[in-house]
Amino acid sequence: MTGCIAFLLNGEPRRLPPATPPGLTLLDWLRAPDGAGLPGTKEGCAEGDCGACTVVLEEADGSRIPVNACLALLGQMHGRAIRTVEGLGGGAAPHPVQRAMAEGDATQCGFCTPGIVMSAWAHAREGGAADEALAGNLCRCTGYRPILAVLESLTDDGAPPPSPPPVESAEFIAPGQVFHRPASLAEALALRAAHPEAWLLAGGTDLGLRVSEHRERPGRILGLSGVAELQALAVHPGRLRIGAGVTYARLLKAIAPLPDLAPLAAYLRRLGSRQIRGMGTLGGNLGTASPIGDALPPMLALGAELVLASAARGERRLPVADFLTGYRRTALAPDEIIAAIDLPRPPAGAILACEKLSRRHDQDISAVSAAFLLRLGEGVIDGARLAFGGMAATATHAPAAEAALVAAPLAEASFEAAAAALARDLTPRDDWRGSAAYRMRGAQGLLRRLYWRAARPDLMLEVQG
Amino acid sequence: MDTPPPSRTGMGAALRQDSALRHATGEARFLDDLPEPPGLLHAALALSPVAHGSLAPLDLAPARAVPGVVAAFGPAEVPGRNDISPSGKAAEVLFATGHVAHWGQPLALVVATTRDAALAGAAALRPEIAELPPILSIEAALEEGALLMPPQVIARGDWEEALAAAPRRIQGEFRCGGQEHFYLEGQIALAIPGEDGDLLLHSSTQHPTEVQHIAARVLGCDYNRITVQCRRMGGGFGGKESNASWIAAAAALAARLTGRPVKLRLSRRADMAATGKRHPFLYRWRAGIDARGRVLALDATLAADGGHSLDLSGGVIFRAVTHALNAYDVPAVRITGLACRTNTVSNTAFRGFGGPQGALLMEDVLHGAARALGVPVDSLRERNFAGGPNGAETPYGQALEGDLIRRVWAEARRDADWEARRAEIDAFNAAHPTLRRGLGGFALAFGISFGIMAMNQAGALVHVYTDGSIRLNHGGTEMGQGLFIKIAQVVAEVFGVEVERIRITATSTAEVPNTAPTAASTGSDLNGWAAHQAASAIRARMAAVAAALWKVEAAALRFADGRVTAGNHAMDFGELAQQCWAQRVSLSATGFYRTPDIHWDPVAMRGEPFFYFSYGAAFAEVLVDTLTGEYRVTRADLVQDCGRSLNPAIDRGQIEGAFLQGMGWLTCEELWWDAAGRLRTLGPSTYKIPGSREMPKAFHLRLLEDSPARANTIFRSKAVGEPPLLLATCVWNALRDAVSPLGETPRLDLPATPERVLAALRRGAQVRQP
Repeated sequence: MTGCIAFLLNGEPRRLPPATPPGLTLLDWLRAPDGAGLPGTKEGCAEGDCGACTVVLEEADGSRIPVNACLALLGQMHGRAIRTVEGLGGGAAPHPVQRAMAEGDATQCGFCTPGIVMSAWAHAREGGAADEALAGNLCRCTGYRPILAVLESLTDDGAPPPSPPPVESAEFIAPGQVFHRPASLAEALALRAAHPEAWLLAGGTDLGLRVSEHRERPGRILGLSGVAELQALAVHPGRLRIGAGVTYARLLKAIAPLPDLAPLAAYLRRLGSRQIRGMGTLGGNLGTASPIGDALPPMLALGAELVLASAARGERRLPVADFLTGYRRTALAPDEIIAAIDLPRPPAGAILACEKLSRRHDQDISAVSAAFLLRLGEGVIDGARLAFGGMAATATHAPAAEAALVAAPLAEASFEAAAAALARDLTPRDDWRGSAAYRMRGAQGLLRRLYWRAARPDLMLEVQG
Repeated sequence: MDTPPPSRTGMGAALRQDSALRHATGEARFLDDLPEPPGLLHAALALSPVAHGSLAPLDLAPARAVPGVVAAFGPAEVPGRNDISPSGKAAEVLFATGHVAHWGQPLALVVATTRDAALAGAAALRPEIAELPPILSIEAALEEGALLMPPQVIARGDWEEALAAAPRRIQGEFRCGGQEHFYLEGQIALAIPGEDGDLLLHSSTQHPTEVQHIAARVLGCDYNRITVQCRRMGGGFGGKESNASWIAAAAALAARLTGRPVKLRLSRRADMAATGKRHPFLYRWRAGIDARGRVLALDATLAADGGHSLDLSGGVIFRAVTHALNAYDVPAVRITGLACRTNTVSNTAFRGFGGPQGALLMEDVLHGAARALGVPVDSLRERNFAGGPNGAETPYGQALEGDLIRRVWAEARRDADWEARRAEIDAFNAAHPTLRRGLGGFALAFGISFGIMAMNQAGALVHVYTDGSIRLNHGGTEMGQGLFIKIAQVVAEVFGVEVERIRITATSTAEVPNTAPTAASTGSDLNGWAAHQAASAIRARMAAVAAALWKVEAAALRFADGRVTAGNHAMDFGELAQQCWAQRVSLSATGFYRTPDIHWDPVAMRGEPFFYFSYGAAFAEVLVDTLTGEYRVTRADLVQDCGRSLNPAIDRGQIEGAFLQGMGWLTCEELWWDAAGRLRTLGPSTYKIPGSREMPKAFHLRLLEDSPARANTIFRSKAVGEPPLLLATCVWNALRDAVSPLGETPRLDLPATPERVLAALRRGAQVRQP
């Protein structure tokens, strides 16, 4: 099963020479004279934030997934269909999106433009809000007005999806680097047991930084994006079962029609950008276990359970709270893989709120993230689960604040008491995203907002509302 | 000058940026996209890991031992001078020697066959530094008297007496932060050695001439050996004025010493660590006011953090102190500008160049006056505007146009529907339990010209070929601001041809020498006139040929629509060019322009340093969450004076983009150093420039109509690069309005992050509940 990385690039099949490092970023390969030699895709930051490197993955079902080429590794691209700015049009035959950007005065210096063109091309098919489509693309020149106007004017070009050849499990071996791409969970677990030191790569939106920005070259990578079992996603009446390899983009599409999870959907739309959500996974966020992982507080508040799998012991289940053991530390054994997340849906009548405080609304890492699940009785709070990110070494519950609310009346004073109790639960730290004092005051403000959400559901309570 | 006839592509046409379509197709080549020359080496900088210390001579052997590394260079290898000072007035080194003065300071350069090998080589170096306590704040620098240059003081009248005599005395202190340029294309240079010491230097630079000078200084060669070329930058904003020079000089050094082409492209992290930013400022002021809020006297100190070295801080302070009164008149005043020396990266030019920082002062003074009198701040503006019943002259002796200040203010206020919205906002604030809205305005007077008088010059080179096609070159650089298309429009206007006949070419020191940087908003003013001069010289020669041919007066000739006509005579422009060649008449000319009528006495700090002023006004509305400090700018109304716009599409783009960039500086962009002086916001994941959602949802802009420049500018247009950045100050004022009820404005330092807004709300609440 040792093979060559193969994908479609701008509709043309490409088979990379065997010595091509599978851990090379797609961006470096695209731009290199001895790679694709296509310098239209730019490097602006090498950390998946500016979007100058945006390319689009074309799916067999016709959907278009913009991704950051700086974070995507070549091994992950096996079997995918990639389109770059050069593959849209050029010269005498520019694509209508390219023409609209030029004619709409939507470019000034032009360095961010190819990436924006690709986000716009995906948006023309995928729809949604223009701001959301642009959240992963920074422009320093225009002020965005003309770009937003172009995005709002676009129509889908109707181009049919390409059909990349089906792929089996594969292994890419270059000097000093091996990339395993198993197709089944059994294979993945066997590889995990045999190579516990290998990078466990889901979407790669976190690990990709170590390659792109920090220029690391891992010896062995276990890429999980081809594992069929990890891609399963089922919506049940009381819960969701989410394969650990399901991208945020797919998860969002699945929960978008569910009114009980509307707050979670709105919150996930602020997680990274479309580019990040097109690659990033819930399993990856849990595995990274960063205290500012945005997916974690809702998992805690809703009482999610993880399904962990190993070749030796089969499956076990663990509540998320028990899985997170410390700063970027988890209960995952060296031979285990996170297989799935069982996510209970909010009970009828409960109030779910998912909150995020960051300097910028979109594509920003949280200073504070929070998820609250409130169950109300007759004028009394029957249950409260309050989970926070960015307030401690791990995402965590706030037990004293929860206790202050349970059995208390639905009144401002109850939430003031919970806010006061929060200072006993959590001791955040200072950093560039916010001082400890701001984090605490902001988190307390989110609890006060929860009161208004419960007491005055008619009110607009968010500045972006 | 007569009003020129309307033209499809000449002066006043709303043409798009010259490369717009090629940007969108990816075909526009930025420096890193150029085909790599054979034998290319990649370079990486080794940067200081500490903020301040004594540096032992650096052992470069560990870098040289890394596979793929070809060479490593430190200060000892510099054949010329280890000196990159743009002013030539300070000791500023390319590579630290004996002493490191900021975290991220370049120590050495490593070149290798691959970029990764060069980075690994640089990372392998182990500098030995005996750490010294760093100065990391303006306050600490002031306490230690650490200044980069003597204070710059502008004074008028007996300010001490006027302060003492004023009916009310008020005072204040506040600060604003720095700003990373965050050009999307990072700093980059490619040096290609030629024969006999020649060097072609591709540089992403706003100042090719300075790149040439500094590379020659570092190499120890004549300027004529070095040709600097720049077709386009992926953004500049001042960050590629002086900082591009040392990066290019480092690449040139490695190319000279290895004999091979060398590319130095900084990673985003290295770029943010090693290159200068906008100057943060600390303000302390005392003012005397009367009972109606007229500011009678003011004594203010504007202390800038210049970083570890002088760089362009002298010019930044000059612009800060000359813009400290902005559009306002204060009869008795002293403004003291200080450039503090700290152990941080050397701060540099950034769009506005100290002007935006200077203009914040009067905002705080007016807020202070409003607080003292318990009146809305906007009610005090007209009372204090320059001109009208007040003095029109700046404290340094140049007249402002009070009628234009009042006109832009009134028009913006009308566009903003101020009266109706004020009432609506007050009603909303009274009713909502957690959200507050705020409304703020701002008016602007920004002086146009370089503060260093000698820099106000430009050159151009125009060729007409015998088919009538035209080649245009000038000293200005294209960084996305649309300069190239504007200058091409000027030339199209002179020759009466469509702009498509004009070939825009890369800026090059080989074509137009001894140029000024493209900066200070002067690009189209200076280069437009220079190109106009060159094109007019050729046109005059062509006209003479046609006049002789047709036996008419040259004055009777008309150049329009690609033709030359006189009475019944007519000829294609190209046909006339062919005729000129046949008659051995030159079709090539240089053009040169120097801004007239400007002067400055740097000792007296008096003069008329600006050719003219650009005016503008803006209002913004914000919606603030009192629980978390989160906010959004919901609406903005801008009026900007562009004179008679050369290109309204380009000007609109400049204004909107500048406004959002200014908003970024004042709101979400924060540079964060840790206690050891290490910058921790080193990329867009931590340093947050505005995204599309930050754009005001209702974003209204008007160019001031029927307002040709009164100075003799090119086609009576006005500069537009920097002034509208200052308009974003209205967002600060709107936030101050939102966080405080009438007359209780708490201090709100900048950037006004949600954290600072929440803190200001708490202070405001404490004031309200004594």
